Amino acid sequence: MKKIIEEKVFKVLMIITTLVILSFLFFIFIAILRRGIPAMSWDMISKIPGGGFYIGKEGGLLNAIVGSIYIVLGSTILGMLISIPIVIYINVYLPSRSALASAVRLSFDVLFGVPSIVYGAFGFTIMVFLGLKTSLLGGIIAVSMLIVPILVRSMDEVARVMPRDMLDAAYSLGATKYETIKVVLRQIAPGIATAVMLSIGRAIGDAASVLFTAGYTDSIPTSLNQPAATLPLAIFFQLSSPVEQVQDRAYAAAFILTMIVLALSFGARYFSRKFSKNKI
Amino acid sequence: MLAVTVLSLCIAIVIGVGLYIKASPILHEKSLFNLLGNSHWRPFKGEFGFYPFIMGTLWVTGIAILLSLPVSLLTAIYISEYADKRIRRAVNPMLDILSGIPPVVYGVWGVVVIVPMVADHIAPHFVDFSTGYSVLTGGIVLAIMITPLLISIFDEIFFTVPKELRDASLSLGATQWQTIKFIILRKALPGIVAAVVLAISRAFGETIAVLMVCGNIPIVPKSIFDAGYPLPALIANNYGEMMSMPMYESALMLAALILFVIILFFNAISRVVLIRIEKQFHL
Repeated sequence: MKKIIEEKVFKVLMIITTLVILSFLFFIFIAILRRGIPAMSWDMISKIPGGGFYIGKEGGLLNAIVGSIYIVLGSTILGMLISIPIVIYINVYLPSRSALASAVRLSFDVLFGVPSIVYGAFGFTIMVFLGLKTSLLGGIIAVSMLIVPILVRSMDEVARVMPRDMLDAAYSLGATKYETIKVVLRQIAPGIATAVMLSIGRAIGDAASVLFTAGYTDSIPTSLNQPAATLPLAIFFQLSSPVEQVQDRAYAAAFILTMIVLALSFGARYFSRKFSKNKI
Repeated sequence: MLAVTVLSLCIAIVIGVGLYIKASPILHEKSLFNLLGNSHWRPFKGEFGFYPFIMGTLWVTGIAILLSLPVSLLTAIYISEYADKRIRRAVNPMLDILSGIPPVVYGVWGVVVIVPMVADHIAPHFVDFSTGYSVLTGGIVLAIMITPLLISIFDEIFFTVPKELRDASLSLGATQWQTIKFIILRKALPGIVAAVVLAISRAFGETIAVLMVCGNIPIVPKSIFDAGYPLPALIANNYGEMMSMPMYESALMLAALILFVIILFFNAISRVVLIRIEKQFHL
């Protein structure tokens, strides 16, 4: 019968497309591993670029690794300071069917879609306005703008399903708003952890936002006013080199970055699973 | 806290205004229509035509959507309608990882794998010569990048289609595929369109991966094997040079503003549609 055949054909087609998509994940990993692992060495993660690094002589990627860590650390702290009050405000202070809360949620949904190059360009105009040069601080500001929507959205997802009765229970025990917030923060703590991992994953891998703002350097920044190298830009710049040894370093950097992102992704999964166990 | 929350509502406006102020010098000199329609990009002669870059963006995005949409739709249907719990539990984390891979890593993969593949195996069947750095390559890489996004939204939309509709259709003797074709896809159509618009705006703004594989020649691509130069790549590639000429900087900021406005608009529409769908489901 025609409809049975059609059913079978499409089912097979669907299984094929699913397998194709998943196989791309493996293809990408295999390509990165095959090029990255031979290029890895202890020097790569323990040394900054030495003399003649860009024509294939000695040195490593420590400048980019440390730069990325500084930027991610700074922007995560800054991002949390901005996003946690917002999440608390729309979930504790505002009633559950508040127009303002919906407006805030919609605006962060929209901001989440704004590409990082726009945040980079805007961050750059702010820096020009403030008279800053490309620097660690500039990079932190731009990356913070990029991750605040991610932090708010994913923390809000957890805070939203928090039972409102819990707030009433805390109030009825005589708790102040401030004490209640502490209870709420405890309740959504695993959600915060997941949100932070997600945003770190995004922040550490993003090149377009730091291109204008953090710049690039061969040394490790010692203050907020100095430019900072980052792993994605290390990959981007070194891959465009005609020298093969320098390209290998791009592969090594891609390998390091992929491993970090993979670890964060598993971490986020672990925390969100832990969370779902404790959910009331 | 109220202050932070209200301020956060203004971020989009502040970004828009900031970019507009930076872009205004060039808008005073030439009309927007002239800038968008002119196909000559010669910054040092004062000519700033965005037409090739807009076409580059449209080609790359179009190819990406064409490749990704059927595949992600079929996969999402499989995951939400056919697959049992175990398969879902295995597939979803892998899709998460795929969406978490940094754009620059996709770019590396594109340069290492897709560029040679296009140059040696695909292009020779159709054209005499291609370097592999083409809008097709950009489209393929982008297609893989937007697929996890499309699947996850499709999956959510299919979930909101009431089970009663499925049961009614199946009990009338329809096969599962007929139910999907005539009931679920029809019911989910607004959501599917919204998801595609969201994916288009993601593809519009993707910078680094596309920049690495598209070739970046400011021409209007005539075939999928020609190099292209999408708008975000233009901004990213010229950040060093632009400081020397005020008009150049202004032109690049205008490019950022155009991107920002289009993406903001697309995002707002599709998010409102998706929120509506979800609300209906919860009623």
